[in-house]
Amino acid sequence: MVLSVNSSTVFRLALVGLCAVSMAACAKKPKMATQVPSAPPTQTQPSIPQPPDRGPSVPPVNTTALPGSAQDFIVNVGDRVYFDTDSYDIRADAQPLLDAQSGWLRRYGAVQVRIEGNADERGTREYNLALGARRANAVRDYLVSHGVSADRIATISFGKEQPIDPGSGEDSWQKNRNGHTAIVSGAR
Amino acid sequence: MTQVRSFPTRLAALLFTLLCAVTAVIIAMPARAEIEVNVNRGDVQPLPIAVPAFSGGQVGGDISQVIAANLQRSGLFRPLDPASFVERDLTAAVQPRFDAWKQINAQALVNGTVTVQGGQLKVDFRLWDVFQGQQMLGLQFTSSPENWRRVAHKISDAVYERLTGEKGYFDTRIVFVAESGARGKTVKRLAIMDQDGANPSYLTGGDSIVMTPRFSSNSQEITYMALRQDSASVYLFNLETARRESLGTFQGMVFAPRFSPDGGKVAFSVERGGNSDIWVMNLSSRQSTRLTSDPAIDTSPSFSPDGSKIVFNSDRSGQGEIYVMGADGSGARRISGGGGRYYTPVWSPTGEFIAFTKQTGGEFHIGVMRPDGSDERLLTTSYLDEGPTWAPNGRVLMFSRETPGGPPKLWSVDVTGRILQPMPYPGAGSDPAWSPLLN
Repeated sequence: MVLSVNSSTVFRLALVGLCAVSMAACAKKPKMATQVPSAPPTQTQPSIPQPPDRGPSVPPVNTTALPGSAQDFIVNVGDRVYFDTDSYDIRADAQPLLDAQSGWLRRYGAVQVRIEGNADERGTREYNLALGARRANAVRDYLVSHGVSADRIATISFGKEQPIDPGSGEDSWQKNRNGHTAIVSGAR
Repeated sequence: MTQVRSFPTRLAALLFTLLCAVTAVIIAMPARAEIEVNVNRGDVQPLPIAVPAFSGGQVGGDISQVIAANLQRSGLFRPLDPASFVERDLTAAVQPRFDAWKQINAQALVNGTVTVQGGQLKVDFRLWDVFQGQQMLGLQFTSSPENWRRVAHKISDAVYERLTGEKGYFDTRIVFVAESGARGKTVKRLAIMDQDGANPSYLTGGDSIVMTPRFSSNSQEITYMALRQDSASVYLFNLETARRESLGTFQGMVFAPRFSPDGGKVAFSVERGGNSDIWVMNLSSRQSTRLTSDPAIDTSPSFSPDGSKIVFNSDRSGQGEIYVMGADGSGARRISGGGGRYYTPVWSPTGEFIAFTKQTGGEFHIGVMRPDGSDERLLTTSYLDEGPTWAPNGRVLMFSRETPGGPPKLWSVDVTGRILQPMPYPGAGSDPAWSPLLN
């Protein structure tokens, strides 16, 4: 629409067309974080993470934990193994602990477990979710190849969403690259 | 007329009516060129623009402030200090005294008038070229009073488009993950807000770890993933009806969902036995098709705007890279290759670029490349930048940034990399997704 300029200082506005389009309303009431956040998903009691560079060692036997209990598993066997950056290979220093896990699980045949794979924060969320799944499955495969029935082992990945060490730096990251064996049911 | 309620548990339906009064756009033979803002130049000086308070009470002042903040945040405009304005009591009906605005070097002027008629807000505005002494644009909007912010965003979009030639992006919303609590015990909730950080509100209750929400093209439906102690599932959530449904069970983790541009399909990853592959589901037939089948991690699918291709993240070559395949899974071809690890590819709404996260050594970057992988440019660098999402005009990206030990925050950067700034939302947030322009 081109109109010639009127030299008068008052513009004449011509309505060339009227279009009435009805619009959807999007009303939002601000609701901010005055609510008490509900409790995050709980985990089984975490074991004290072992430094990954320690060689295979025999943990002290806790004589107060009931044999076959979750406490027995966590304290006397160990429920967490660690991985290298971007890797899901079972390390040499993880194998004795997984051997002990498979032995314990063969002994207490009613126990069901879930392997939780975790990643450090140095990666993106979706990729780290997939990487954690690989780690969980690597632990599962190891246990299955050492005589634990596959239908006793579920897997899940938390990616980088549930770090056990909130710090930044390789000391923290190496703890967060782990596979955690959680007892789901069947323990004493 | 469609009625839309978001969060009907608490909010009433409102009507928003756009009345376009197309006014005469006077085109003279100018002695100097019409003002124009070039979005593509890396060194553009922001255009000085004056946005005085619209006449008609408090809401007139509020509207002008939202407009000025939007234009300022785009990095292309420099709203002038209202304290320097000489002419007061402008209304939309009368031509401004241009000499008064030339004095403070305002090149453009946006003024308006707000009136209330029959319980509805009526907002008239004008965009003026000060040095030519001419009107460039004039429109009128009608809405319910509670929707005054959307009027300000629509005016911002109209001004932005008239001066840059590009479509605006201000009348949009962001869905994201709001985080609270200490690291390692973080509570994550799905949240939504206006793109300027106003009107934040929660969509979920924090009982599961929610991740990667994305909008559908109709901006009323989102998809996201929820992670629980024993399962990971993808959900569709309708903002209009608050109806939520699972995409289904796949005997493994389901994650990384994203709608096709026509909203008829969702692409996502399914994990089985530790291996993650990309699937696509037709939402009307609920039939799912597996698109990748290799032992590598295949995730983060994103459709091209014409729906014919999918860009995705795979480590089939040994580390994270970016691949493009047909939407039927055929012809996967790697497009990244600049050294470093690539993640989270996202196709821009105009089709021009693919944005991504890249990790080089100890640093992360948001970057863009052409869909054939050429012309890779890194736009940001920090300890941890990740997860870009495109504004609907394909010129601005939002992403999340973390400092060591700190909470994630939302930031934005434009495709030249020049305009990098935190997003106005003050809380901790991650996984942002930008809506299309609201209807």
